[in-house]
Amino acid sequence: MILPQDVPLTWYLLLSAALFSLGVVGFLIKRNLITVFMSIELMLNAVNLSFVTFAHQWHAVKGQIFVFFVMMVAAAEAAVGLAIIIAVFRARSTLAVDRIDLMKL
Amino acid sequence: MHLILFFLFAGFCLAGAINLLLQSHPINSALSLVVVMTSLAVLYLLLGAEFLAAAQVIVYAGAIMVLFTFVVMLLNAGREERTMGSRSARVIGFPAVAALLAMLATVILHTQGLGSATLSQDITSTDDLSRVLFHELLLPFEVTSVLILIAILGAVALARSDDGERTASK
Repeated sequence: MILPQDVPLTWYLLLSAALFSLGVVGFLIKRNLITVFMSIELMLNAVNLSFVTFAHQWHAVKGQIFVFFVMMVAAAEAAVGLAIIIAVFRARSTLAVDRIDLMKL
Repeated sequence: MHLILFFLFAGFCLAGAINLLLQSHPINSALSLVVVMTSLAVLYLLLGAEFLAAAQVIVYAGAIMVLFTFVVMLLNAGREERTMGSRSARVIGFPAVAALLAMLATVILHTQGLGSATLSQDITSTDDLSRVLFHELLLPFEVTSVLILIAILGAVALARSDDGERTASK
């Protein structure tokens, strides 16, 4: 069986773009605060995939280190964000984003 | 081999992401996100980023997703109700997403000079990575550790209930 031995990096970038768009769609259509937050994590992961792809293209170690920093910031963001979600739930007893409308005009 | 692995795990990634959108219960969405992140770890490995693949599994699929599932269980989050959002989100949001995806795809497909990846070709070892990280980028690394410390303190301060504060001060 003869298969091409290499995968063009374009495909990795297209996968990254598709995952990012799915994250944006999730951000728009999901109505649960936690799931909206998960969509943001999905977008961060998609961007990380682009970083790794370009690091591979340019043989740059710093691109991978940038992904490492993004992971650390995402961990910090997840901790603070989930704490905020817990605080919101305690104040409003709901996780539906439609009901959390105190600042809505 | 690389091609098969790429298609397999890219398929897992996309299927997990789509499943995240379709599931109505947050815990199912969280588990699909674990699938996405673990598949991404394999893709990182295919691109020769061995340390990042390990970190992806440990930090994302491990720590962050445990945090997510923990919060889902703690808040006893049930099924979400499907109200399709505001009209402006429907009218402007989805065409904007489609336009964004089309634009990204066009730019990517017209990019010249992108190479290709083959299996077991120029793997960045953890040795190389840590050499750069701890020599040239030591200061940003230390700043990140301070950031995480502040984030943990902030999370504890935010999540602490007022009742706990009152009983603690008594």
